[in-house]
Amino acid sequence: MVGREQFDQELLAVKDKVIQLARSSRRQLEQSVEALYRADVNLAKRVIKADEQLDEMDLSINEAAILLIARQQPVATDLRKLIVAIRISTDLERMADNAKNIARSAIRLGEDHQLTIHSSLADMRDVAFKMIDLAIDAYYKEDIKLAKQLSELDDLIDNMFSQVLEEMLHMSASNPQKIQLIMQMAFSARYIERFGDHLTNIAENVMYLVKGETFDLNE
Amino acid sequence: MDFVTGIALKQTVEVSNQNIVYHTEDLNLWYGQTHALKNINLPIYEKEVTAIIGPSGCGKSTFLKTLNRMVELVQGVQTSGIIHYRERNILDKTFKVEELRTKVGMVFQKPNPFPKSIYDNVAYGPKIHGIKSKKILDQIVEKSLKGAAIWDEVKDRLKENAYGLSGGQQQRLCIARALAIEPDVILMDEPTSALDPKSTLKVEELIQELKKDYSIVIVTHNMQQAARISDRTAFMLNGELIEFKDTDTIFSTPEDKRTEDYITGRFG
Repeated sequence: MVGREQFDQELLAVKDKVIQLARSSRRQLEQSVEALYRADVNLAKRVIKADEQLDEMDLSINEAAILLIARQQPVATDLRKLIVAIRISTDLERMADNAKNIARSAIRLGEDHQLTIHSSLADMRDVAFKMIDLAIDAYYKEDIKLAKQLSELDDLIDNMFSQVLEEMLHMSASNPQKIQLIMQMAFSARYIERFGDHLTNIAENVMYLVKGETFDLNE
Repeated sequence: MDFVTGIALKQTVEVSNQNIVYHTEDLNLWYGQTHALKNINLPIYEKEVTAIIGPSGCGKSTFLKTLNRMVELVQGVQTSGIIHYRERNILDKTFKVEELRTKVGMVFQKPNPFPKSIYDNVAYGPKIHGIKSKKILDQIVEKSLKGAAIWDEVKDRLKENAYGLSGGQQQRLCIARALAIEPDVILMDEPTSALDPKSTLKVEELIQELKKDYSIVIVTHNMQQAARISDRTAFMLNGELIEFKDTDTIFSTPEDKRTEDYITGRFG
């Protein structure tokens, strides 16, 4: 009997890196939304700077997975583990880009904008947090049931976004002088909503990992 | 057609329009007290490459050698069940093994050319089957060597001893020798395990060419090879057929945990 302990450990190391990137993306969302609410330009700048590290993490996951594919020639579940790590990592990196965009909006709003940031953005962020935690859990445990719950939460976040967008349209109609600022807020809501889409992709990838079939949770 | 295992049944449903060359039914084989093949129900499809994989001692080579009854050469072998070859049971006492030999060619692990010229190696089979005309023999030799993708390398030295060829060339010569009798099926028992990577690739490409005209069954230890060249893969373990499916499925989403463990290198 010959096991593949070394390879198994390397597969686990890639998985750990993906989970680390997921946690970092979560932190980026947390801090960017905080910068928005607190009108903290310095914090927003730090979020933008930190995004470079997340890009590097994504790159390092890609490199590690490609090297393992080349050296170990994995098949079946082993191969899917690596392909899925690459795909999930891409989604996480794009989630972080959305956090960076929220930070940019915070900088554009500046420190003295006198605008009350809509409370729905914090609510949307909380749903996104829940989704990230669920996605990490589903990926870690390779659990399809957990993955499926993500699509329901994505519907929730989509509805919240539609509602908040409508409110902001009314708001801009009655405050035309603030339209530029309100737009930054609407953009930010849109960026949070994008988290839901990426997390749904991650759920699909967890299902592919386990089942070996492609699913579309957006249907 | 009626198969015992559900897996085999599923296979027939999927490809009912395809011809079957071989079909074993509850094939059992014993070497003395050792039960080497256990109730094997396996169809071999026409003009496809069927790979048989499994750890050492799983019975894959034994299975291959039952298909041309070469296994009978081992003392104390007993078989039960049926091997249909083109609807006839080759295990039936009335079936002449010589007839099978003209229909089924075999290529072995190590190239085994005769200590004769390249030409004579290929012409040997047709000659013992009664072909005497020099002109016809010339044609057969050229066609077979071309078929085995070695003609260009040897056409100017057909009278030279086959032992002067490289290992890879010798193996392709043995394939040419198998083609010379115009077989229906070619059995290959780890045909590239003694070859370097470049020669291996040549033989693999050749196998892809050959399946246009022949049905090929290949036993291989090299799982990447099975994945690269076969249409269907059978996984055997301890004399049992564990899983038999199209190769894409076996190497992406095998059903049986033992298949998954073997192809991912967790045992064997």
